[in-house]
Amino acid sequence: MFKMLADGTWDTLYMVLISTLLGYLIGLPLGTLLTVTDADGIRPNKVLYKILDIIINITRSIPFLILLILIMPFTKAIVGKSYGTTATIVPLTVAAAPLIARMVESSLKEVDKGVIEAAFSMGAGYFTIIWKVLVTEARTSLLVGVTIALGTILGYSAMAGVIGGGGLGDIAIRYGYYRYETGIMIVTVAVLVILMQILQWVGMLLSRQIDKRRKS
Amino acid sequence: MSIIEIKNVTKTFDEKKSNIHALSDISLSVEEGEIFGVIGLSGAGKSTLVRCMNLLEKPTAGEVWVDGKNLITLSSKDLRLMRREIGMIFQHFNLLMQRNVLDNVCFPMEIAGVKKREARERAMNYLRIVGLEEKAKAYPVQLSGGQKQRVAIARTLASNPRIILCDEATSALDPQTTGTILSLLKKINQEYGITIVVITHEMRVVEEICDRVAVLDKGTLAEIGKVREVFDHPKSNAAKSLLLERKIEQLGVNTADGI
Ligand SMILES: Nc1ncnc2c1ncn2[C@@H]1O[C@H](COP(=O)(O)OP(=O)(O)OP(=O)(O)O)[C@@H](O)[C@H]1O
Ligand SMILES: [Mg+2]
Repeated sequence: MFKMLADGTWDTLYMVLISTLLGYLIGLPLGTLLTVTDADGIRPNKVLYKILDIIINITRSIPFLILLILIMPFTKAIVGKSYGTTATIVPLTVAAAPLIARMVESSLKEVDKGVIEAAFSMGAGYFTIIWKVLVTEARTSLLVGVTIALGTILGYSAMAGVIGGGGLGDIAIRYGYYRYETGIMIVTVAVLVILMQILQWVGMLLSRQIDKRRKS
Repeated sequence: MSIIEIKNVTKTFDEKKSNIHALSDISLSVEEGEIFGVIGLSGAGKSTLVRCMNLLEKPTAGEVWVDGKNLITLSSKDLRLMRREIGMIFQHFNLLMQRNVLDNVCFPMEIAGVKKREARERAMNYLRIVGLEEKAKAYPVQLSGGQKQRVAIARTLASNPRIILCDEATSALDPQTTGTILSLLKKINQEYGITIVVITHEMRVVEEICDRVAVLDKGTLAEIGKVREVFDHPKSNAAKSLLLERKIEQLGVNTADGI
């Protein structure tokens, strides 16, 4: 049983970390684009903003379990099968990306307009401003976002257990729901809770550490 | 030759309900090496005017010439290069909060592609000029308002500007700190020959450091001339009422002292 839990934890971490990473690969540029093209952004573009906005709203309003089933053909086309840990990464990433894009957008929008203006007055170009002003100044908030994203994806990954997604959620459902082995289910859930706690704790610690806006 | 020439500049903001005419057909020039003041009531268009001088705000009509170049016709790349010659400091300092003082001063040099080591050396020198070398490793949050503004001044010096635009640079500071910032600006003007444009609603600022002053009134140029002339013999109603306010203020201070 210990081996099973250890494997399950590993599978969960693997799914969560890879899909959050992939989610950021898509969500970070997307969120930046949203910030930049919004009406009060540095390069407003109504049409582009609206299109991205709508796509993100649609994907975000689909409940994860439905999304999981909806994109099964897509998952199968990419991974070759529609169940198991690697296959679960696909729907997790699809769910993570728009969530991450929104969080990135709200983090970047917190950056003081005055500082952006100062950078423009120094002759900085758009890329310098995005990278050295927006992203750098918002880093604390971005890191808090990473923590929230990881937590949410962890939750989703457990849901994927319903359709044999692998990992701790899978174990909890197989033993607890189908076989009525409540003990195993409780232990599995406890491991999930602990993972979530560690995540939260490390994330907050790190983001405080890199925040230079605090005195002392 | 004038270093800045504003020719028939008009700026209209399109708002949903009605258009705001922030500037209407303004023409004026700033001479090389002078400290030029722009004064007016809140909403007169001072900030809009100064933001037109480095094209942070694009005029609806008219021309902006800086150092013999028409900014409006420049390509965006040339405009970026040009902006390095025009420093700007702000009411709320606008420092990068996640960078320490030294790295803030290095920022314009980073943009210009100066090597890191050289940038740091030069940055230390600019910090010395503003008297803050011992704060090089501090973060903006640890500084007072006056210190932050000095860092901002060091930061504009870092791009070797020929002009510095100041938008209400002392308005967030107490009178005493205002004094030190003003004398620092004066020193920079005299020692490095940098032309300075100061936007303010405080008469005191104009009185203390400006050579010439323009009075803005509801987006129009009410009056322009040598500070002494405008202050001693104001012609426009806008200038007269600003001066009257200043007198009342001083009287108020005096009576308060008397009690
Ligand atoms: N981005 C903008 N959009 C719409 N209206 C604007 C914008 N910027 C300025 N205005 C309007 O233009 C007019 C002039 O504003 P400006 O900021 O230039 O005045 P100011 O003289 O600097 O005033 P203050 O002393 O309050 O800073 C005001 O009526 C203001 O509301
Ligand atoms: Mg203003």
